[in-house]
Amino acid sequence: MLTYTLRRLAFAVPTVLIISLVVFLMLDMAPGDPTSSLPLTIPMEIREEIRAALGLGEPVLIRYVKWLQMMVINEPLHMIAGATGWDIAPDGPRILSWQTRSPVGDIIVQRIPQTLWVVGLGYVFGILIALPIGVISAYRQYSWFDQVGTFVSMVGFSVPTFFTGVVFILIFSVWLGWFPSMYDTTLSVTDWDSFVRQVSQIVMPVAVLALYNASQISRFMRASMLDNLNQDYVRTARAKGMREQTVVMVHVLRNSMIPVVTVIAIGIPTVFTGAIITEQIFRVNGLGDALIRAIYASDWPMVQTITFIFAILIVFFNLIADVLYGILDPRIRYD
Amino acid sequence: MKRRTALMGAVAALALVPALATAQERERGSSGHLNVIYWQAVSTMNPFLSGGTKEMNAASIVLEPLARFDNEGQLVAWLAEEIPTLDNGGVAEDLMSITWRLKEGLVWSDGTDVTAGDVVFTYEYCTHPEGGCAYRDRFAGIESVEAVDDHTIRITFEDATPNPYLPFVGAGSPIIQRAQFENCMGARAPECTDQNFAPIGTGPYKVANLRPNDVVEFVMNENYRVANQPYFETITWAGGGDATGAARAVFQTGEMDYAWNLQLAPEVIAQMEAGGRGELLVDFGPLMERIEINFTDPSPDLPDDERGTRMHPHPILTDIRVREALSRAIDRELLTEIGYGPTGRPACNFIVAPPAMVSPNNDDCLVQDIDRANALLDEAGWERGSDGIRVKDGERLELLFQTSTNAVRQDFQALIQQWWREIGVEAQLRNIDASVFFGSDPSSPDTYVKFWADVEMYASLFEGTDPTPHLEQRRCGREPRPETQWQGQNINRYCNEEYDALWAELNREPEPARRQELVIQLNDIFVQDYAHLPLVARGRVSAKANTLGGVVLNVWDSEHWNQAEWYRIEE
Repeated sequence: MLTYTLRRLAFAVPTVLIISLVVFLMLDMAPGDPTSSLPLTIPMEIREEIRAALGLGEPVLIRYVKWLQMMVINEPLHMIAGATGWDIAPDGPRILSWQTRSPVGDIIVQRIPQTLWVVGLGYVFGILIALPIGVISAYRQYSWFDQVGTFVSMVGFSVPTFFTGVVFILIFSVWLGWFPSMYDTTLSVTDWDSFVRQVSQIVMPVAVLALYNASQISRFMRASMLDNLNQDYVRTARAKGMREQTVVMVHVLRNSMIPVVTVIAIGIPTVFTGAIITEQIFRVNGLGDALIRAIYASDWPMVQTITFIFAILIVFFNLIADVLYGILDPRIRYD
Repeated sequence: MKRRTALMGAVAALALVPALATAQERERGSSGHLNVIYWQAVSTMNPFLSGGTKEMNAASIVLEPLARFDNEGQLVAWLAEEIPTLDNGGVAEDLMSITWRLKEGLVWSDGTDVTAGDVVFTYEYCTHPEGGCAYRDRFAGIESVEAVDDHTIRITFEDATPNPYLPFVGAGSPIIQRAQFENCMGARAPECTDQNFAPIGTGPYKVANLRPNDVVEFVMNENYRVANQPYFETITWAGGGDATGAARAVFQTGEMDYAWNLQLAPEVIAQMEAGGRGELLVDFGPLMERIEINFTDPSPDLPDDERGTRMHPHPILTDIRVREALSRAIDRELLTEIGYGPTGRPACNFIVAPPAMVSPNNDDCLVQDIDRANALLDEAGWERGSDGIRVKDGERLELLFQTSTNAVRQDFQALIQQWWREIGVEAQLRNIDASVFFGSDPSSPDTYVKFWADVEMYASLFEGTDPTPHLEQRRCGREPRPETQWQGQNINRYCNEEYDALWAELNREPEPARRQELVIQLNDIFVQDYAHLPLVARGRVSAKANTLGGVVLNVWDSEHWNQAEWYRIEE
């Protein structure tokens, strides 16, 4: 098991490095110009000076090495220092966003909590809803519960979040006036009132995401359960006189969870990448929102950094999924 | 009908002015909290480092210039005692210098005195060669800025300057504090995050907290020079979301009091307004959507350093009859109605504002005249081919029509393509992502400046109320070309000696009435030459809640120019 984990880990580091180089070069070649969103009253000569001040003059490889050094050494130290208050932040240069001219790391640290709360809760609720639905749908295949579940998950899966989001806003904010349509990012939870307000503003984006995630995962759960329910070992278990509950909840469920756990683990990075569209509709200032705005503004340092963090997360959770798979299913440990 | 609604919008905005008269009794901070939504969030509070309108607007309630423009485009002394003129001796007889005097007793929000040294420092900060200051062109043509005494600043120009009201005037040229920014000059400017995020100013508000690209929180400046202002105690300047969401928050849910830049489809605006909680504010400035006509040959067969330069005149579009036909075929009323509704009006002039400078001589373009257009092309020798497209000497009348990717612009392209087909002109449509099209990368073949197409559509404007620099752009020799790294704003490569001579006269003329005349003449030369085709004058569009008073939409300066006077209307 250990060698298996180590071998996977050894693959991960070069993968991440190659991803970072590819991302950097791709963005460098991408058309688009950070001064393009400025008003046309600013003349071209001035734009050229702004571009020079942003450091666009240097050769690409030098910029890459500088960026990588800042990315893997300076920024993490600053982030840790910011989070813990330890005095370990180095003095060297930091990755500066072209839009704000401030360190990218600070902005990311500011944004992560909102994304984790909103998108993370959407994911957690999605899983909590999906698992029972998947189990019951499979156990009572073609029952009315299964039919309704299938219909709802098909709708949830096929209707995009930018549509459900706007529908929710229209119904619950504009007509009923229950929840705010905009996420107040300055709200800090200090007492019961502010907690209630926090809950009421988080309800709609979480519901939209939970619906979407639940639809996906419940289908996986159902399919996996169906595969196992017809297996010989299930019949054996029943023949041994085990209670139906034990057969389904212990034997079948456990085996059915193997692929589902993988799907859930691999899906976790998308929690960090944020649901870009949902964040924009509800004006949640998360990472996804930061990324899409940086892309619009051709703010490459920001895009590179966020994409790189995503790459690390994706590689990391793939690793976790691999290891979990090894734990759940001893057959695939190669040792 | 449309024009009437537009006028009503303008009248509604003006009708708010009398409300200010009763404002005297209000107390500082008595209106509580204000919620502003900018769907493009504010990135920094240092407008010099950003150049974006959103940052300029947000910074304008903290940092102030010596003078600014009111909603009618008139200069108002702001930090200055009065506007220097030739009459009061503030502007030198030879137009070589201008002398400003600061108001007495001005203090920064931290309580220290504002001095002439701060003004001089602002000049040094923005003109530093490594700073990348976005408003450096405000200080072009200046020989020196010096502090005569603690309250007097003299700006000396390199040449006689009939319009000396560019440096330190308007929201794009505010004064920053020397003590705060002293160590942030040049290349070090971006490192000063704390300073850039919370500049100390003289305005009615101070920055309490800025989360970049998300939200700015303002508190009132206790040291503000007007004793009973500002009326709002705090402001939350939220950012993010999209224009529709921002409009919804003002008109329908009432969560926000003021929303900026609502460029939405006319039917969406109408639907939102039905929410009844807010009111749309529209006013018209110099922003105008136009089609530029290339006077040079953009043919891909030419080598890169000759393509689109004056070495090769355009084979089709150098004939004025073709250009006029293209213009006559367009129905500007319909374009405006479809694309902008109450937030636009058809345009026939190069200079569409301020009202006194607008030529009355070109309104015949408002009527679409397909017959006339056809006649012009017939006369120019273009014969209809078998497919309806005109041909002359074996060449088809085919034009490459490019613009940026944007729903309204693509609608416009499709409509214009159809009208041009009616007169036998084939338009090939192309749209380019705005970040490329409006980019300044000289190696990109797709920028609007390089203009490797026959015609292109975009909107442009000028700063302040003086169109002289805008008119200057169309002089001979100002065209983008390889020798200038494709920089220059003579986009259509126009070249006309009469125009150049008249512009030179305008640039020397201090007398306002004569200047107005010259601007109109220059406009007429340009437009009657069909050098470009004006389409729609686009308004500045914002929305305010019904409970918000004191807002006076201003197209000549920051929309928040009179932020100190905004108040809550009590029911």
